[in-house]
Amino acid sequence: MTEKKKRKISLSIPAEEIMRPGNLACQGCGASLAMRYALKALGRNVIFDIPACCWSVIDGPFPYSSIGVPLLHMAFETAASTASGIRAATKVLGKEDTTVVAWAGDGGTFDIGFQALSGAAERNEDIIYVCYDNEAYMNTGIQRSGATPYGAWTTTTPVKHYKKLPKKDIIEIMAAHRIPYVANVNIAYPEDFIRKFKKAASIKGTKFIHVFSPCPPGWKMKPDDTIKVAKLAVQTRVFPLIEIEHGIKYTLNVKVNKPKPVFEYLKLQGRFKHLTEKEVQRIQEDVDAYWDYIMKKVEFSKEYAG
Amino acid sequence: MKKVLMGNHAISYGATLSRVQVIAAYPITPQTQVVELLSEIVANGELDAEFIKVESEHSAMAACIGASAAGARAFTATSSQGLLLMHEVLHWASRARLPIVMANINRAISPGWTIWTDQNDSLSQRDTGWMQIYTADNQEVLDSIIIGYKVAEKVSIPLMIVLDAFVLSHTYEPVDVPDQEKIDKFLPPYKPKIKLDPEDPHAFGGLTAPNIYMEFQYNHQQAMMEAKKIINEVGKEYGDITGRYYQNLSPYKVDDAEYVVITTGTISKTTNIVVDKLRDSGVKIGNLRIRTLRPFPSEEIYEQLKGKKKVFVIDRNISFGNTGIFFQEVKASLYNTDIRVPIFGFVTGLGGRDVTPELIEEIVNIGIKNEKPEEEVIWMGVKK
Ligand SMILES: Cc1ncc(C[n+]2csc(CCOP(=O)(O)OP(=O)(O)O)c2C)c(N)n1
Ligand SMILES: [Mg+2]
Repeated sequence: MTEKKKRKISLSIPAEEIMRPGNLACQGCGASLAMRYALKALGRNVIFDIPACCWSVIDGPFPYSSIGVPLLHMAFETAASTASGIRAATKVLGKEDTTVVAWAGDGGTFDIGFQALSGAAERNEDIIYVCYDNEAYMNTGIQRSGATPYGAWTTTTPVKHYKKLPKKDIIEIMAAHRIPYVANVNIAYPEDFIRKFKKAASIKGTKFIHVFSPCPPGWKMKPDDTIKVAKLAVQTRVFPLIEIEHGIKYTLNVKVNKPKPVFEYLKLQGRFKHLTEKEVQRIQEDVDAYWDYIMKKVEFSKEYAG
Repeated sequence: MKKVLMGNHAISYGATLSRVQVIAAYPITPQTQVVELLSEIVANGELDAEFIKVESEHSAMAACIGASAAGARAFTATSSQGLLLMHEVLHWASRARLPIVMANINRAISPGWTIWTDQNDSLSQRDTGWMQIYTADNQEVLDSIIIGYKVAEKVSIPLMIVLDAFVLSHTYEPVDVPDQEKIDKFLPPYKPKIKLDPEDPHAFGGLTAPNIYMEFQYNHQQAMMEAKKIINEVGKEYGDITGRYYQNLSPYKVDDAEYVVITTGTISKTTNIVVDKLRDSGVKIGNLRIRTLRPFPSEEIYEQLKGKKKVFVIDRNISFGNTGIFFQEVKASLYNTDIRVPIFGFVTGLGGRDVTPELIEEIVNIGIKNEKPEEEVIWMGVKK
């Protein structure tokens, strides 16, 4: 290799590991990987708060901590309000360059913590709010949440009575707050993931990042399928990777020109095992319709935002 | 400087003089003037603080916890339903050992809708691990906030200043507002031993197994017991610079009394008038005002009640199915002592009903006349 070629190599993923080796996550935990990537993007000048969720456990028992950055554990519904307080303190103490991150599960975000999140977004608090979404209350043993998708089994939506309601569209809800930055990321797309976290850290105001985060025990799938399932969520158009600036400018970040059938995604997960062909077809139609809807917004943004 | 202040503004000035750095609050009658004046003071640049206008009291306390854990002096004020909404995070603040100070204006609990005073809101938070100080005039409100921060930061426990709705919150009284310089010397900036700091990363409040959880509780309790002494010490220190001394108990003519009325809040001021009147007619009576509910000053109460003939406790609160709460506290604290005199428990003034000198005199007369209480709870001024 010549000198010239060597200089051209640039790593799209920072090499430094901030997260310490060893934590209490289950095998194949998407949320654990999500934290690892987020920390790579954000660096060490950060303060985290984490409400009740799997991550309250994953980080490790007192006096251990696996994330390697300051962390305040907090009550279930307080991720955004606590982060607002931390941010206010860093301001009065002259530490405005510190990034403040609220890191919550889907239950803590879509459901019980939503009021505090909406309030913080309305105040445009200068924080990054991250929701790692494993589509149920996993900490307490796989109960349905407002993020559980149509068709899924959970312990409170048993097979005979599986969830027949759609997942809340959290991205759109947050975009409607007109905050400067809303994005979603997927652990199977680390470059897009890290770029978005870095971008969020460079913007003032409230940033909301929705993380697609498979949970092998909760989704009844093999731990070694985590990345495969995460990738399929994008390739089947179940989880379109986008970002929304100021609630108006929509950008599609990963094109999916030849989508795979949604069935490919569903069939790897035991939580969908009971679905009839008709139900699978219905989910396929919902996915197609949502994709079209988002693409129209992306198209409209091109005209509108130039 | 002397000013004529409503109780709510006394709170705002107390917080300002304490140079609070983060305020997070949500409006509720009868607390609104506290936050209105503070908003103005912050907006004018007279106080270098961040004011977070949160969307609920639960978030107000959560924001105070975040701010305090990150090293800032944090403040909030609320009342009644707002305090009840905070309950979960009140526990969190104290167990995280964060020296937040808050003011709670005693307002009765609904339904039916009410905005008038009684103590069931703050007493519902008795076991949240906070210190609680009950005040009796606007001067004491202002002073107690400043003293409160010094005490809270010494023992790493949050502290709640409590005052009566309207009787203090909306009543104007002359108040000495001390010079900032004087207070700056008394109350130095908040310097926590440990905080959320990227240069020294730690996790706070993580998973705590049975092998260690209990030790945190033990330490919390030890610090609370230590606070009994600290409250008196800091109160004396404050008195030495302002001439106003505050202790766990505020006795009035108790020394040579045969009968003692036990009171809290503004009822104690009315009781003093009754004490004077009865003394004029030869009744040897005194009034012991309890300022500190947590930590409970049991030993000091024993010292005050030693050798007395009878004790009459007036509660502006009720623990349904038992009795007034201060009555329980006083009785329980004396059980293992040699004091064996009748203690009468009166409940009155709920939901802001007036507690007049005449009513207090009636209470005293019932106490003196009867050998011992005939009922567990003696309701006064109620239409049965
Ligand atoms: C006020 C309150 N209610 C309920 C709980 C119990 N609880 C703890 S974590 C949790 C579920 C969390 O779900 P989610 O936010 O999706 O995070 P995950 O566990 O899936 O990572 C629940 C219900 C609690 N800690 N606090
Ligand atoms: Mg979840």
